[in-house]
Amino acid sequence: MATPASSAVLTFTEHLPLLAVAVPLLTAPFCVLFGNRNIAWLLAGLASIASCLFSLHLLLQVIDGDIISYHLGGWAPPLGIEYRIDAANAFVLFLISGISSIVIPYARRSIAHEIRLASQTLFYCCYLLCFAGLLGVVATGDAFNVFVFLEISSLSTYVLIAMGAERDKRALTAAYDYLIMGTIGATFFVIGIGFLYMATGTLNMADMAVRIADLEGNRTVQAGFAFVVVGMGLKAAIYPMHLWLPRAYTFAPSVVTVFLAATATKAAIYVLMRFMFSVYQPSFMFETHTLTWIIIPLAVLAMFAASLIAVFQQDLKRLLAYSSVAQVGYMILGIGLLNVTGLTASIIHLFNHGITKGALFMVTGAFVMRKGSSFCDNLAGLGKQMPITSGAFVISGLSLIGVPGTAGFISKWLLVTSALEKGWWWMAILIVGSSLLAIIYVWKIVEILYFKEAPEGNTAKEVPYSMLIPMWVLASVCIISGIDTDLTYAAAKAAADGLLGAGVVR
Amino acid sequence: MTLEFILGHLNYWLFIILMMTGFYIVVSRGNYVKKIVGLNIFQVSVFMFYISIGKVQGGTAPIFPVDLNIDPNVVYSNPLPHVLILTAIVVGVATTALGLALVVRIREEYGSIEEDDILEIEQHIQAEENSEHGSAMGGRA
Repeated sequence: MATPASSAVLTFTEHLPLLAVAVPLLTAPFCVLFGNRNIAWLLAGLASIASCLFSLHLLLQVIDGDIISYHLGGWAPPLGIEYRIDAANAFVLFLISGISSIVIPYARRSIAHEIRLASQTLFYCCYLLCFAGLLGVVATGDAFNVFVFLEISSLSTYVLIAMGAERDKRALTAAYDYLIMGTIGATFFVIGIGFLYMATGTLNMADMAVRIADLEGNRTVQAGFAFVVVGMGLKAAIYPMHLWLPRAYTFAPSVVTVFLAATATKAAIYVLMRFMFSVYQPSFMFETHTLTWIIIPLAVLAMFAASLIAVFQQDLKRLLAYSSVAQVGYMILGIGLLNVTGLTASIIHLFNHGITKGALFMVTGAFVMRKGSSFCDNLAGLGKQMPITSGAFVISGLSLIGVPGTAGFISKWLLVTSALEKGWWWMAILIVGSSLLAIIYVWKIVEILYFKEAPEGNTAKEVPYSMLIPMWVLASVCIISGIDTDLTYAAAKAAADGLLGAGVVR
Repeated sequence: MTLEFILGHLNYWLFIILMMTGFYIVVSRGNYVKKIVGLNIFQVSVFMFYISIGKVQGGTAPIFPVDLNIDPNVVYSNPLPHVLILTAIVVGVATTALGLALVVRIREEYGSIEEDDILEIEQHIQAEENSEHGSAMGGRA
């Protein structure tokens, strides 16, 4: 696939790694130029769908373990910037662009309800920038490029969250807190890259991996690892660094919460995986120790503590936000288990949790639209008044718990298998035990929806089809990928094999 | 740790001091504008760090002569970290601008940019929410 710089003419498909990122990035300014919210919405939708098709095409190309290397501007790596697509990032690209294609139709009515007219065009512009940034973070094979795209997505995320201020002014302080913490995280990440550059003299991740191989004892390399993990850990909301997340998710406009919950932390976790397995080697003692003695305890803490906090929340949006922190725990647990099954579980959970949480937050957005807020007491009796929306909640709620037949079951099953492969039966018990907490908080909402009488004279009608259909698409994907695991499992397995490519730990 | 070691790593010491100063301001100050100032110092320390590692001893500015008659004996500094930091500076400016814009909006909504005042207002809102929505839920808070 690698083409020399001299052959100027590449076919359209060879440009796909770049186009998947560039199309939304270049569409964003046009949204503002046209200055019409309907055109902006249409452009955002078309760009998402185009990206989604490109990513799917890439995924099908690399699912057998191939690697596509795209040289930006024809400059060959390691000097030029390289977009390196393998099964791992093609899968995450597909998740992000797929979610975006489903979110955009939903966004139109929900945005019309939650954001004032004048800001709606700008909303789509920021949304596309955030989307393009996340795709860029995932697609690129250049360490500094990761930082640049990370900041593109972060800066637009702060704006998107602050747009929730029209409903609740606390969105502003939530966005401000996230800005401070996100910038510290991103700066830590840059320091880490700086150390890596000092030790290796390259920014290309594949080249870095080669040069780092015999630098295990180098303290610069070790310090770089610490900075990268902490910096990305902040972005991924790994348990003690999650403080920005519940407030940001609670006060952001519903659509933003749907999109961020389903994609943003996933991109950060992907970068963590990339650095832990492709750049650094899991055979490095300092990495193995970090994963076993720091990451795994934090993961378990997240699974229990965050779930427990979720149980006591009165606001559905905040409840689901804490549940997201807990689910990040499962993902990093899979990374920490350090075997192929664990990593497969982690990657498949990225996808499964993305669609599950996407569906749940879409339902929440529908409740917010009809009842004005997502406080639990407002939801009483909605099971009868909004049966279609509530049905989607039940299905995706089951997937969140991990009931057999849903997507969530597959990832938890793989996690348990992975723990047993290591002989850690107690870990398997912990995984199942923390799922019980998920049953409590999902049941709490189901009980309110279906078994509480609505207050007198309080009626709510279903939300429009443009919101119901995306919600149900995601809910059905929860079921489909829980029954027919061929595509997701094959992709996740190929991704895990690719990441552990050196075959160091098996 | 000899004096030679300390002096030889002077740029790292400065980087660490500047970085920690910025970080401390972000954590300790309650004023939202001061926090942004701290964040800026924090970021600038990293810029300085990058630029200092690009320095080659005895190296000159990495600019080729116009006639491209390159003297092989001339040592050039490494320009790559500088280029990276140009990008990072742009990012830093954007972050500062956005942060200050948020502070302006916070001032409009809350009437203050002091963390203590804002936390008090938010606790008040939260308490009201709890009494309104919590009682209907059987007092679960």
